Amino acid sequence: MTLATGITRLATVQDEPPAAISGGPADPILVVDHLTMRFGGLTAVGDLSFKVGRGDITALIGPNGAGKTTVFNCITGFYKPTEGMIRLRQEGGETYLLERLPGHDVNRLARVARTFQNIRLFPQMTVLENLLVAMHKPLMRASGFSLAGILGLPGYRRAQAEAIEKAAAWIARIGLTHRADEPAGDLPYGDQRRLEIARAMCTDPVLLCLDEPAAGLNPRESADLNTLLRMIRDDYGTSVLLIEHDMSVVMQISDRIVVLDYGIKIADGTPDEIRNDTRVIAAYLGVDDEEVAAVEAEVGLAGAPA
Amino acid sequence: MAQGSTTQGSTTHGSTIGAVAPTVARRSGAALPEMLKDSALFALVTLGLSIPVVAYRTDLGQGTGLELTGRWGVVAGLCLAVFVLRLGQRLLLGEVARRREVHRLATVDAAPVVARAGRVLGPLTLFVALTLPLLAALASGGLSEGRYWIDLGILILTYVMLGWGLNIVVGLAGLLDLGYVAFYAVGAYSYALLSTVFGLSFWICLPLAGLFAAAFGVLLGFPVLRLRGDYLAIVTLAFGEIIRLVLINWVDFSGGAAGLSSIPRASFFGIPFTAGEGGFAQTFGLAFSPMHRIVFLYYLILALALITNLVTLRMRRLPLGRAWEALREDEIACRSLGIDTTMTKLTAFALGAMFAGFAGSFFAVRQGFVSPESFNFLESAIILAIVVLGGMGSQIGVAIAAIVMVGAPELLRNLTFLKAVFGEGFDPNEYRLLLFGLAMVCMMVWRPRGLISERTPSVRLGNRAA
Amino acid sequence: MEFFAQQFINGLTLGSIYGLIALGYTMVFGIIGMVNFAHGDVFMLSSFIALIFFLILTSWLGLTSVALVFLIVLIVAMILTALWGWAIERVAYRPLRGSFRLAPLISAIGVSIFLSNFVQVVQGARNKPVPPLVRDVIVLYQNEQYTVTLSYKQAIIMTTTALLLAGFWYLVQRTSFGRAQRACEQDRRMAALLGINVDRTISLTFVLGAALAAVAGTLYLLYYGVVSFSDGFVPGVKAFTAAVLGGIGSLPGAVLGGLIIGLIETFWSAYFSIEYKDVAAFLILIVVLIFKPSGILGRPEVEKV
Repeated sequence: MTLATGITRLATVQDEPPAAISGGPADPILVVDHLTMRFGGLTAVGDLSFKVGRGDITALIGPNGAGKTTVFNCITGFYKPTEGMIRLRQEGGETYLLERLPGHDVNRLARVARTFQNIRLFPQMTVLENLLVAMHKPLMRASGFSLAGILGLPGYRRAQAEAIEKAAAWIARIGLTHRADEPAGDLPYGDQRRLEIARAMCTDPVLLCLDEPAAGLNPRESADLNTLLRMIRDDYGTSVLLIEHDMSVVMQISDRIVVLDYGIKIADGTPDEIRNDTRVIAAYLGVDDEEVAAVEAEVGLAGAPA
Repeated sequence: MAQGSTTQGSTTHGSTIGAVAPTVARRSGAALPEMLKDSALFALVTLGLSIPVVAYRTDLGQGTGLELTGRWGVVAGLCLAVFVLRLGQRLLLGEVARRREVHRLATVDAAPVVARAGRVLGPLTLFVALTLPLLAALASGGLSEGRYWIDLGILILTYVMLGWGLNIVVGLAGLLDLGYVAFYAVGAYSYALLSTVFGLSFWICLPLAGLFAAAFGVLLGFPVLRLRGDYLAIVTLAFGEIIRLVLINWVDFSGGAAGLSSIPRASFFGIPFTAGEGGFAQTFGLAFSPMHRIVFLYYLILALALITNLVTLRMRRLPLGRAWEALREDEIACRSLGIDTTMTKLTAFALGAMFAGFAGSFFAVRQGFVSPESFNFLESAIILAIVVLGGMGSQIGVAIAAIVMVGAPELLRNLTFLKAVFGEGFDPNEYRLLLFGLAMVCMMVWRPRGLISERTPSVRLGNRAA
Repeated sequence: MEFFAQQFINGLTLGSIYGLIALGYTMVFGIIGMVNFAHGDVFMLSSFIALIFFLILTSWLGLTSVALVFLIVLIVAMILTALWGWAIERVAYRPLRGSFRLAPLISAIGVSIFLSNFVQVVQGARNKPVPPLVRDVIVLYQNEQYTVTLSYKQAIIMTTTALLLAGFWYLVQRTSFGRAQRACEQDRRMAALLGINVDRTISLTFVLGAALAAVAGTLYLLYYGVVSFSDGFVPGVKAFTAAVLGGIGSLPGAVLGGLIIGLIETFWSAYFSIEYKDVAAFLILIVVLIFKPSGILGRPEVEKV
């Protein structure tokens, strides 16, 4: 415990001057500054800088293998970047250098939550249990690190009841109340995706990172997802950073889009700016004119209400 | 490898479908001649495997060299048995597979039935456990005559307790610990040394032994719990062996291979079980009987085991216990939810070790003697087998597995007709470990989640609303 | 110095045996990512097979040519042990692909317990001695106090190991089986898509591993002249240590690791204390796994998220 606190203090920097990146959102919650990640000889991410605006939905897009998930893994503490800084500033002004925090503290202290490309639920545990695990930190404290809990003291019981209340609300919100006591692994794919998002939200994050949340969803489920993400942004004030290939999701809900190719940022702007950026279109489909025209048509189409 | 991260639940959309589906289809469509051929092949392989280890037995002869004795009859019997078993299995499996295909159900099995049986069996087992000394006395016509049963009960309960303790580590937290017996040893030697050197009483030593064992757990766990599952298993095995080797070789400290003897017996909370003045019998106005101590020991281990069970059941409903289970399911997801995985594993490791420590000090006080040979790898493997067979995570399953695995060979030994069939020298205990090993493989192949695989949720939304 | 040289020779001999067993661990780990816990017991079993055939050849058939006896015993032990390796994979491991992650290891522990007790039941619990096959020694160096010798036994062990390793190396590097095996190591599903029979490749890996263990088992019997049903466990753990030390998954690493473990064990026994020689091996295992789990020649593992 003391060790962890020490590292935290080291990683907490108060009143830093704003990062030296021009442009972008005025009040960023997350500043990625000259991030580089190398695996052996391979540079997965090269000198990447971008910002995530507070209360925004920011999309990180790019062709397969562009390094998006690597950026995510650096932000959420699974990889230690080779170079660069990732600074998260909470509303109260506490600032964390995410690349210096031990893995779990990125969520516990800096309050960054994430989901995974290949869903990572606890498949044998029920839907409700999955959400309760996400409330580990407050419940642990309430249970007196299990001592009070084992004696069944009322303080813990109250905390547990509150946690179940909160979990039940989220289960209702994603429409799974009737399956709350079933193993999460038994749910259909779309429900698992939403449950994973709900689970991440149960950790009370300030920044929610979603790795391809619309992958494998049908158009109806995609639309539901859009609603859910907007609700998360508007009702909870949680900033969202997402990786997505589904342009109908990206263009409709993003406030800002960052485009990566071969680990390098090639564009950064509002959906309208990105839509008209020739470099982005080229990166997606090579430089063949016909195909550029095709993708322009698709993006244009996708921008219109479905 | 890809398989390394695959968890139980997600296998349905993983590679299994591709691998299993054709086999099922083939099996269900198989004709009898094909089955006979397949069974014959199995018998043939058995023949190959039996040469020469079964076919010829080596014995030390009159001189210095070894003598060979042919046993082709045994080989023939073995091949025939394999043939029949395989044929039966194929016929049965074909039937099951066909039915399964008709119903399009992935998991038609006896799980709910077994679980329901478990619910009845639990209280029943508890009742028998609570009244065993009485039952034994009634059945054998006297407390002393029933001693065999009570001793057997103590032995089984010791394994039940160890199984439950290891279940926390393996079943709940999903950490394969192959050196669990080391903590049992730490507990046993703690009591042995503290009582003989410092003259401390059992009731002071018991918690101390638990604490020492837990401390060892933390000491070992801290550096190694970051390792991936199978490496962790090997490291715990190495640790267990190191403890045993140190106990054997550090003669000044542990008495070496000869062990420590004349360890003080347990007292009834300070009142010794002696015949004379101030003894248990006299204090309570009873006629002296050596059985008082045995019965007391029985209830002592029963209480310890039940405490282990109670704490485990409670822990499952607490955030820490839930985090253990989550850790078993997906460690990476746990980290992303802010759970300190190393700390969480450490608590499971330490708690499991603590119960092993308690059990160890009970072992020492009961035997009055400890030696390193009681704590070899095989002992760890037996406890692990009990947990695996009981269905990792299931409390009643572990208890039943312990009863069957420890109790059954003991009972078989006394069945005289077995001797009549297999000859005078037949000792089922010889085959005990052989069957343990076979059973572990069979469990992994057929019911990897154990006989009682239905998991009870630690909390329900449905119940609360109702 | 003379003492050191002698211990060096002894250590290399022991290391050769460990290296041969370690290859079985490392190949299986490379291809299916599992610790084949039963491998040490397969080694022990092969020693028994060699023992019995040795007795059949010498006392029943009355063969006297040492080279012929050794060669026949070696080949028969390799074939029969390979059959065991094949059967074990088929029955205890293959059905578990795609099961939960600890299942193969638990099954392997089951096989290990089964094998050692099987041998105990069918062959009895006592140590089985064989009369020494070769006694001659080559004197390498001699002075008044000390003689450095290389026994024929040690020479046979080192030569056999070297020859077999060369052949084995050729098999893995130059043949289509070797290519298939390396392909399966990298990506099993992709290999299957490209028409490689993955099941057969894995089976063959076990067969090869068992055959190498049989070589080790035969050499072990030759060297120590005694074997018992419990002799699989400790050499098994030491060989696993060797595989980890060399970098699990790396074939040259396994041999290198085996030699290092053999040398460390011999020197430890010679210079420190013979009682704690196993403790030394176990400590190395723990230390390597904690601080350098990728070993000397292995590649570091990148965690897949």
